[in-house]
Amino acid sequence: MTHPNAPTPLLELRALSCERDERCLFAGLHMTVEAGDIVQIAGANGSGKTSLIRLLTGLSQDYQGDILWQGELLSHRRLDYLNHLLYLGHLPGVKKALSPRENLAWFGGMSHGHPQIKVDQALSQVGLKGFEDVPCYSLSAGQLRRVALARLYLTPARIWILDEPFTAIDKQGAERLEALLSEHAAGGGVVILTTHQALNITGVKQINLSDFQVDESYYQARDGFIGEGSL
Amino acid sequence: MNAAQKNTFDAPSPSLSAGLGALLRRDLLLAYRHRGEIANPLVFFLMVITMIPLGISPESAVLGSLAPGMLWVVALLATLLSLDSLFRSDYDDGSLEQILISPHPLYLIVLVKVFVHWLVTGLPLALLSPVLGVMLYLPEAGYLPLFLSLLMGTGVLSLVGAIGAALTVALRKGGLLLSLIIMPLYVPVLIFGASVVRSAIEGFPIAGELAVLGAFLAMAVVLAPMAAAGALRISVNG
Repeated sequence: MTHPNAPTPLLELRALSCERDERCLFAGLHMTVEAGDIVQIAGANGSGKTSLIRLLTGLSQDYQGDILWQGELLSHRRLDYLNHLLYLGHLPGVKKALSPRENLAWFGGMSHGHPQIKVDQALSQVGLKGFEDVPCYSLSAGQLRRVALARLYLTPARIWILDEPFTAIDKQGAERLEALLSEHAAGGGVVILTTHQALNITGVKQINLSDFQVDESYYQARDGFIGEGSL
Repeated sequence: MNAAQKNTFDAPSPSLSAGLGALLRRDLLLAYRHRGEIANPLVFFLMVITMIPLGISPESAVLGSLAPGMLWVVALLATLLSLDSLFRSDYDDGSLEQILISPHPLYLIVLVKVFVHWLVTGLPLALLSPVLGVMLYLPEAGYLPLFLSLLMGTGVLSLVGAIGAALTVALRKGGLLLSLIIMPLYVPVLIFGASVVRSAIEGFPIAGELAVLGAFLAMAVVLAPMAAAGALRISVNG
């Protein structure tokens, strides 16, 4: 399928399958992600979107198949991959006892270190100007989410993996976020996200996990027909 | 994509000291913001020790002989009380995931978190213990050994406790399980810690027992963060 001279894709999934609690979420998932791609992972609730996201961040290693980062196994180049990764989970990772500025200073220190002035700019970009020093427990759910999203304005990371980034974000904020995502992709970055919202961005790659679900024969092959009676 | 664009993604490798420094600063700041909760073990320590003369006997001979063991047992329980919160809030708000995918060694991250825990629970307990020793008629020869043994012992307690805290962080009600996992591991520390104080009071040399505590501490520093790091990965994975 790939041209011999084609550049190695940044991220490649080969025959990826994931099981949770004896149930196969998806199997045989193939996907290549090149620089400049925005990949939307779609699928019904419980179809394994978050599980796939967690495999891609390396938080979970319960999978069969291969995940390749720049042509090499992810498990061999984990550290290099993590240097390029920014992940926003469905929990914002924001400490409520700290102010937005303190939270971002921590994120910055843990990842790439960004100067104070950029932190303030990022906060005003996400509409939190004037809230820099307010403790986060007095912010609304949407504002907490925006504190986490402010990291997108700060990070030099290339791979953005976002789990439901539009949750609790108002319409205007969602438009801003879409613009930011397409800008990142246009600059050669990669965005992998899950969302139920229709994205207003052109050129989004869709991966529907429902297409990779397994039928009864998968379990029969796995259990070697032994469990047939009890299934 | 041209070369200029590519350069914007040549992310500099994050500096380890900056990362750990940021974590240290954040955890100390959080401890300061939650100082009410942080004071809990200390208040517990203070209250139990205050109750003992009322409940047992106010006689100096009785209290003096009980003091080394009592102080150590209560300090151990106070540490145990505070362990559950070590990784809990980070797990609940998603910070733990961010910590796990940061490009820094998890071993050192756990070590920093445990150090902060010791700084806000173990160290104050050790500093307070001679004062409470006075209340229990601890003979004078026991003050310094009590302080020294608790200083080292609480370090071991925090480090070993981190393993239990990491194992149970994903469980909704991990409190009892945490105690069951950790208690047996605390027994040797308690035995040697209390015996340091008793030997000192009875006029025996304590260097040997202190050295054993020191060996526990050295072993815990090397091994416990590794176990806790593995346990954290399992907890978050599940």
